[in-house]
Amino acid sequence: MSDAEITTETPTGHSRRTFIKGVIATGAVVSSSSHLFRARSLSASAAVRASMPRMISLNVNGVSRSVDVMPQETLAMTLRYKLGLTGTKLGCDRAECGACTVLIDGVSHYGCSMLTNAVRDRSVTTIEGLESADGTLHPVQQAVIDEGGFQCAFCAPGFIMSMVALTNENPEPTREETAEALSGNLCRCGDYNKILNSAMRAAEYARRMV
Amino acid sequence: MAVIRDMMPAFELFQPTSVDEALDVLERHDNTWVLAGGLDSMDWFKDRIKRPDVVVELGSVSELTGIRASGDGLEIGAMTSLRDVVANEDVRSRFGLLADAAAQVATPQIRNQGTLGGNLIQDTRCWYYRGGWPCYRAGGNICYAGTPRSMNREHAVTGQSRCVAVNGADTAGALVALGAQMLVRSAGGERVYEAEDFFVGPEIDIERMTVLEPGDLLTHVHIPGDWAGARFYWETARDRKSWDWALASVAAAIVESNGTIERARIAINGVAPTPVRLTDVEDLIQGMPANDDTGMAAGELATRGFKPLRHNDYKVPLARNLVRRAVRGDMA
Repeated sequence: MSDAEITTETPTGHSRRTFIKGVIATGAVVSSSSHLFRARSLSASAAVRASMPRMISLNVNGVSRSVDVMPQETLAMTLRYKLGLTGTKLGCDRAECGACTVLIDGVSHYGCSMLTNAVRDRSVTTIEGLESADGTLHPVQQAVIDEGGFQCAFCAPGFIMSMVALTNENPEPTREETAEALSGNLCRCGDYNKILNSAMRAAEYARRMV
Repeated sequence: MAVIRDMMPAFELFQPTSVDEALDVLERHDNTWVLAGGLDSMDWFKDRIKRPDVVVELGSVSELTGIRASGDGLEIGAMTSLRDVVANEDVRSRFGLLADAAAQVATPQIRNQGTLGGNLIQDTRCWYYRGGWPCYRAGGNICYAGTPRSMNREHAVTGQSRCVAVNGADTAGALVALGAQMLVRSAGGERVYEAEDFFVGPEIDIERMTVLEPGDLLTHVHIPGDWAGARFYWETARDRKSWDWALASVAAAIVESNGTIERARIAINGVAPTPVRLTDVEDLIQGMPANDDTGMAAGELATRGFKPLRHNDYKVPLARNLVRRAVRGDMA
């Protein structure tokens, strides 16, 4: 009886997801400190030191966060493995698939192909930053749900960020303009029709809100 | 080749705020790499094919960004994003050729971050070279793409030397056709190159695509007013509508009066190691009517002497027809 209780009880406060995130965070600390020593020996031989502080302040989703960043670290790496914002996906890591799309000062960029150090003074928006404080979804997110826009949805965060950039810039896009605006994102399931439907509905929702 | 590709190898990062500072860093260090938008650079780093010790990121150099009037033309900072080039009212209304070419580079995200300078000086797309094969361009002693059994569908049909790779920069052909000048700075001072002299083929230096040497920075592109408001034609033929380089592209600026071609400047790209300015064609069509017959003659002349490789003979009629359409004045 007591055995059964123990085995069926879910451990409180530790989901598989938070456990994995914990492991990721520990790993990041270990690997970054090993890099610290390597960087020191490198710069000792250089004539001029790169005066790059390791701790930088990054404005993500309206919050200024302090984070330890390597010189060669990409924004997608920092977001996922240092800040735990795993909504930004890494697909190809080569600026081809668009799964890592984030907004920098409202403009869409591939997070996998920009250095975190290059966005220090700029405002980064990820998929986690779209919903409002009371939990209301962004019109684009709501439209994607209502249209059932994605199958496996690995590419969804990237597509949604591109859709947000589109609705901000062009409130009344045609289907053709929408396809062009989303041409930097790939969907391996081939759900492009449903994705375009979602984007068109998103523009409609966004117009209604204004 | 089992390598870990998820994190780039370490380098020292400099983020100068002025051109002088950037040149100073470049002069003091060996094995440096200048980072503009970084989209192509990071692929090289992640794949461990290029391993710089020092990276100079130019995003904070404000003097390299922006578009301003210069004489009767425009001066565009090399770090101006392709997005800003496409959106600029002066570029669109007076030099629409450049806006058309820049608007078709890769994807929205890449145009938002990629720069005009970075697009111009991008390295070739030859996948033997990009795959890390020790070819001539990589400092080795063979060309893997030029052999009878090579996969060379995308390679050069003219201007080949020991290397048969092509220039893939979409904006390069447009700037050659607009008669642009490239402003280059190094610790030794400033140099100015005509766009068509800025790009170098393997017979001049097999390891470079442009005149830029280590320590040089392309700072600005100057577009003279000569061709402002001309009839422009830009067309790129590629496998995919998005995220692709030209198999062949044509950029033309043509001034007509009463249906007769008064003067023209035409360049094709994607067919040779550099953009090719078609001076013979420009001379031929001067004074001729802008119609299909003239276009046919122009296309024939443009592709005369082309020497296709094993898999790219399709590029000859492709380039011929692109030139034909540019001269007769199709709607792009």
